[in-house]
Amino acid sequence: MSEQIQPILSVKDLTKSFGGIIAVHDVSFDLYNGDVLGIMGPNGSGKTTLINCITGFLKPDSGNIIFKGEDITGMPPHRIVNMGIGRTFQIMRPYYNLPAYKNLIAPLFSPRAKKFAGSGKLGDRDAVALDILEDVGFERDAYVPYKLAGTLPLGYLKRLELGRCLALRADVMLCDEVFSGLSAAEIASMLPLIERLTMEGATLIMIEHRLKELFRVAGKVVVLHFGRKIFDGNPTEALEDEGVKEAYFGKEREVTL
Amino acid sequence: MDGLSKDNERRRERLDRGIKVRSDGIYVLLSWKEISYLLVPRAVLVITLLVVPAFLPPIWQRVVCLAGIYALLAMAFDFLLSFVGLVCLGGALWIGIGGYIAGILASEFGLPPAVTLPIATFGGAAISTLLFLPCLPLRGIYFAIATFIYPLLFSHIIETLHIAGGTFGLSGLPTFPNTWIAMYLMVILLFVIFFGLRRMVNEDIGLVFQGIRDNDQAIRASGLNITFWKTAAVFVASAIGCFAGAYLCALYGWAGISFFAFDFSILPIAAAVMGGLGTFTGALLGSLVLVPLTELLRAFGSLRMVLYAAILAVFVVTRPEGIMPYLTRKYHQFERWVEV
Repeated sequence: MSEQIQPILSVKDLTKSFGGIIAVHDVSFDLYNGDVLGIMGPNGSGKTTLINCITGFLKPDSGNIIFKGEDITGMPPHRIVNMGIGRTFQIMRPYYNLPAYKNLIAPLFSPRAKKFAGSGKLGDRDAVALDILEDVGFERDAYVPYKLAGTLPLGYLKRLELGRCLALRADVMLCDEVFSGLSAAEIASMLPLIERLTMEGATLIMIEHRLKELFRVAGKVVVLHFGRKIFDGNPTEALEDEGVKEAYFGKEREVTL
Repeated sequence: MDGLSKDNERRRERLDRGIKVRSDGIYVLLSWKEISYLLVPRAVLVITLLVVPAFLPPIWQRVVCLAGIYALLAMAFDFLLSFVGLVCLGGALWIGIGGYIAGILASEFGLPPAVTLPIATFGGAAISTLLFLPCLPLRGIYFAIATFIYPLLFSHIIETLHIAGGTFGLSGLPTFPNTWIAMYLMVILLFVIFFGLRRMVNEDIGLVFQGIRDNDQAIRASGLNITFWKTAAVFVASAIGCFAGAYLCALYGWAGISFFAFDFSILPIAAAVMGGLGTFTGALLGSLVLVPLTELLRAFGSLRMVLYAAILAVFVVTRPEGIMPYLTRKYHQFERWVEV
């Protein structure tokens, strides 16, 4: 990206601690429109805390988050969402007692979605919800979109989370481990969905443990370790980086290669 | 699960009746039989409530009014619990605030019920909502505790400061012109609120409420302010409850500390549980059964509370789902025993 283009989202020196544990420590990065940024790191390295701070679910202790030139640090989540940052949850949060397509009524009811939709009368939102579900891979002609969310398998629930971001027409989507816990077949059908989103120019931040899938879509990765950013750059270089290797595999005392 | 499978083990199987399946969706218009399958239960409720009270002796007509008050409270409780996920024990607060607003307006300014009822309904709802507002961002039991404590607070303030009539209450207030007007006002409002609530919870706004019940974090991630929508739901329920309070005041021409009694919090819950939670019909039917029953058992003196508690205990143990879901199941499905 050239220098004069403003980043759509920029995180500056973000710090968040829980008691004595500093979960996110002086993390900074920029995200440009149309980019796909991967965030990786070992367990407990602060990836989800970072997402929670950006989306307002947690208040950062210090640092700034600038979205579209506006400081959104410490805003309540619903305001941040309405500005255009959508998120998925690592542990899916569907409304278990509602049919799958009714799960998308709430995001479609938000001020942001209403702004895009114009006037929504009864029934309109149902039709839009079914369209979005088809987009994320629910077979429209099957019974699946009408099933209770509580009876759906994991793969569909992950898609439902993505559907929520699409319903909100989020400018930036923060995907918290969309591939984790899925079977190989489910991943194989989920990946084209993410790829299509990126082709259509979506701006994504993806937290991911499945590096193979992540590197197929991400143009840039940030690696966190104990809350600190230890790497920021090209995915292929990330695996060569000594610091990243150390974070993932530990340090070798004697090199025997 | 005893590990041994008996040869002739049987299991009950429930299947939807053909007519139930046929009357789902647009196909209900196929024939009068299907249409009446849907309409008859609703018509029975509406016609019974409209016709039967007319033939009751005056003393029982007042019981209908009283049952209506409890039905309103039970529906408000059911709405908050089953559709917004808030446990509200605020029936006594609503009755007290609605009743005292109507009472003070009537005693100070001599206003008739036609004026005091709307003012007390919306003014009372605004006050109750403001009182509940600090606990609305919280999850869990805090809301229930706060709603339980406020009535105590108010009755003791009135008692110790001798305001609004003190322990004697406000008496000699304007009442409804006659029992007929009072009774049919209640019956018609019951219909409006009952069908209105049933409609609302299935609209998009109702789905937002149900979203808050199921998963408030997902609602926040959907760009909706949970505190705002909880406040909206509490306002709706409070308006229903405060109307009941103002109505009670106008029915007796009196308002007193007993308006803050816990009966108004507990009996609607018993009625809603007995009738079946999450149906509104259950709350309505439960009140229409329990309140007249309480009146019938009045002859037993204080022993009636024992009988009353026994009836409730039997219900909760043997039919925990409530009357209404049981009846609905019998109406929509047939059962048969199948060999496993």
